[in-house]
Amino acid sequence: MAKLENREALKNLRNSLQAKFQDSKKKLISLCAGSGCGAYGTAKVYEKLMEELAEQGLENEVEVKLSGCHGFCEKGPIMVIHPEGIFYPQVQEEHIPEIVEHTVKNGELVKSLIFKDPATKKKITHEKDVPFYKLQKRIIFGNNGVIDPTEIQDYLSVGGYAALEKALFDMSPEKIIDEVKESGLRGRGGGGFSTGIKWASCRKHEGERYVICNADEGDPGAYMDRSLLEGNPHSILEGMIIGAWAIGSNEGYVYVRHEYPLAVKNFSMALESARELGLLGKNILGTGFDFDIFISRGGGAFVCGESTALMASLEGNPGLPRAKYIHTVEKGFRQNPSLLNNVETWANVPVIINNGADWYASIGTQGSKGTKIFSLVGKVMNTGLVEVPMGTSLRTIIFDIGGGILKKKKFKAVQTGGPSGGCIPEKYLDLGIDFDELTKVGSMMGSGGMIVMDQDTCMVDISRYFVEFLKDESCGQCNPCREGLKQMLDILDRICEGNGREGDIELLEELGGMMQKFSLCGLGTSAPNPVLSTIRYFRDEYVAHIRDKKCPAGVCKPLFYYEIDPELCNGCTLCAKRCPEEAITGKKKEPHELNQDKCIKCGICYDVCKFNAVAIK
Amino acid sequence: MVPKDKGLMSMEHFVEIDWQQVDEIIEKYNGNREALLMIMQDISDIYNYVPPDVVPVLVNKLGVKESLVYRVATFYKTISLEPRGKYIVNVCTGTACHVRGADKIMDALEDHLNIKQGQTTDDLLFTLQGVRCVGCCASGPVITVNQKTHGGLDRASALETVKSYD
Ligand SMILES: Cc1cc2nc3c(=O)[nH]c(=O)nc-3n(C[C@H](O)[C@H](O)[C@H](O)COP(=O)(O)O)c2cc1C
Ligand code: SF4
Ligand code: SF4
Ligand code: SF4
Ligand code: FES
Ligand code: FES
Repeated sequence: MAKLENREALKNLRNSLQAKFQDSKKKLISLCAGSGCGAYGTAKVYEKLMEELAEQGLENEVEVKLSGCHGFCEKGPIMVIHPEGIFYPQVQEEHIPEIVEHTVKNGELVKSLIFKDPATKKKITHEKDVPFYKLQKRIIFGNNGVIDPTEIQDYLSVGGYAALEKALFDMSPEKIIDEVKESGLRGRGGGGFSTGIKWASCRKHEGERYVICNADEGDPGAYMDRSLLEGNPHSILEGMIIGAWAIGSNEGYVYVRHEYPLAVKNFSMALESARELGLLGKNILGTGFDFDIFISRGGGAFVCGESTALMASLEGNPGLPRAKYIHTVEKGFRQNPSLLNNVETWANVPVIINNGADWYASIGTQGSKGTKIFSLVGKVMNTGLVEVPMGTSLRTIIFDIGGGILKKKKFKAVQTGGPSGGCIPEKYLDLGIDFDELTKVGSMMGSGGMIVMDQDTCMVDISRYFVEFLKDESCGQCNPCREGLKQMLDILDRICEGNGREGDIELLEELGGMMQKFSLCGLGTSAPNPVLSTIRYFRDEYVAHIRDKKCPAGVCKPLFYYEIDPELCNGCTLCAKRCPEEAITGKKKEPHELNQDKCIKCGICYDVCKFNAVAIK
Repeated sequence: MVPKDKGLMSMEHFVEIDWQQVDEIIEKYNGNREALLMIMQDISDIYNYVPPDVVPVLVNKLGVKESLVYRVATFYKTISLEPRGKYIVNVCTGTACHVRGADKIMDALEDHLNIKQGQTTDDLLFTLQGVRCVGCCASGPVITVNQKTHGGLDRASALETVKSYD
């Protein structure tokens, strides 16, 4: 495509693409090619679909789009057929002939493929009626399912780069910063710092300024950044160009994990096509503004998500954090003023510029504006990415959107904020979540991970899990974090093994307090959160481990055993068939017996018994 | 398959290095020392590890200290200085996969491949590793084999998946 030399050229191109997009009467099949659906086999489905369409002579009448993540990854591969918006989840190769024959050719539904809501058992035909989507407000994530992320035209056809145009030609850099400030946008990467204030203070400092996108996404269980990078890279890019213009920067970086190959690929393609159109490079749209962006791939170190460590890593060094007496907005990357924002933060910028600060600030709560994308995962029925206004209650997210707990088990806690976050118990389910409310209950927003836990999750084990994770990820530079985590892990290990001692809980609390006060970087200061929050809300469970030598959830192997309740067992034989150790015996239709000497506590019998006859003792 | 002690890996397993290709990789980044990690990742994508013979070349061409190369190589988990298997099996041990039973999958694979996580099978076919999260958390438990992701697994289907690479 030819380079766009000025504002008019961009406007004309966008208008014509937008008109074409809106007038298109063509049938459009949107097939999700995000990483989640990819893991369930999108590639094969796509191949078969193209083959079938060609065979039926339909390849010119139907457009097929490989889109980014639609959010409902659990039910992947996802297919939506437009203009009707017919929703087919879990599409496999063998379904394709039926779909083409009935739905594509004749506009009829394939009944067996229609989505059945697991909560109500109702069949739902259209994507917009699926409860998982219905209660969401998808202002950042919504275009993911509509556009092909590798085509810049697609982004333009949904109004892309209109915000950049407005920012460059109708707003001064100061006005842009004010707008971002007034919108109330707070950083989505964890800290929740005001984005506008950060921009203003970076602009104040002299030097070669840099804008950087934090796409390290280290929080295990959270993947919204990945989905945005893969599914709508131009929205992030547009935000970054606006940011660069506002603070006066000519060079930007995206620091992304090497483990996200598709994100790297799609973002690289976005950069190339933006350069081709002249939206990056020299003299952007004839304004005299030069700006380009480069990708830097990180190497799987959690601590590199921390701002100073990230910048050290960008410079080609090990990612060691430094003390922040001097902030990175003054001296960061290459000792120059550096503006670091998270992926989702950047993607919010075009939305704010397009719609204005007032509109944006009307969404959300007093202290937290806009929407937030949460990664709803774990023991919940509908897992996936959920975008809701700030202030939405945990109950709405987990039960209405998420459909409740898997296998009708009992909700126990939800873990938010990643390894530095905390576990929130049932009594706070009606909490409207925003930055401040989450902090009040001893957790935090973090990047928006939301891991649902049920009765089978042991809270001591979970806290041990996070401490082990963080111990491995600690860079080891400072004592409180390095040694503190090691000691915590030793204590938690012995508690889980049944050797916990009186006083261990208090010791953990003391260690935690010390680490919060004296660690050098955010990893160490927040590392005790999972431990302290589980002690705060689930102290009983710690006591059961230490005093009674019992693991009530049946996770810590030395602290429980399985037993078959003869009252409940009807002798269906399923568990005996599946037990890898032949530890279960019994006659058909008679209560079975479990031999403790043979049992390795793998939990298969517990999982397969439909009559709750296998009990944890 | 017998586990091999990493330190005793015999010389015959070390690969022939295509030096022209290495030069091309360094070229691609204009010999920029800030790209050290990415250069090592690209080399690692070809050989599944960074062969130690490459280190002096990096020192030379990028004008960095040898100690920096080793510090970077040991700091980042995507880089290994030891040969790894043809197939790198990463079991996600991230939180979402953990609560859905990732450790059971790890146990099963350790058992099947007869190695512990972090080790490579004697025939250099498989390396088994735990990773913190691959960003497919809704489909957990998840494993990746080289760059391909497999989701929604249980013990049996994880075994089947790995066997299909045999
Ligand atoms: C240990 C640690 C890990 C972090 N990991 C990430 C991360 O993966 N992604 C991210 O955007 N921010 C991460 N942060 C927060 C960043 O330091 C920084 O606050 C953020 O990127 C700023 O962008 P924002 O203002 O748009 O949120 C991490 C912080 C700490 C202390
Ligand atoms: S707190 Fe932990 S991760 Fe941060 S600098 Fe200290 S040792 Fe390193
Ligand atoms: S699966 Fe349950 S009901 Fe069936 S034999 Fe086993 S314990 Fe009894
Ligand atoms: S826990 Fe596993 S080994 Fe033990 S009886 Fe049940 S299925 Fe068999
Ligand atoms: S990857 Fe397809 S819906 Fe998320
Ligand atoms: S936690 Fe396993 S993929 Fe994210």
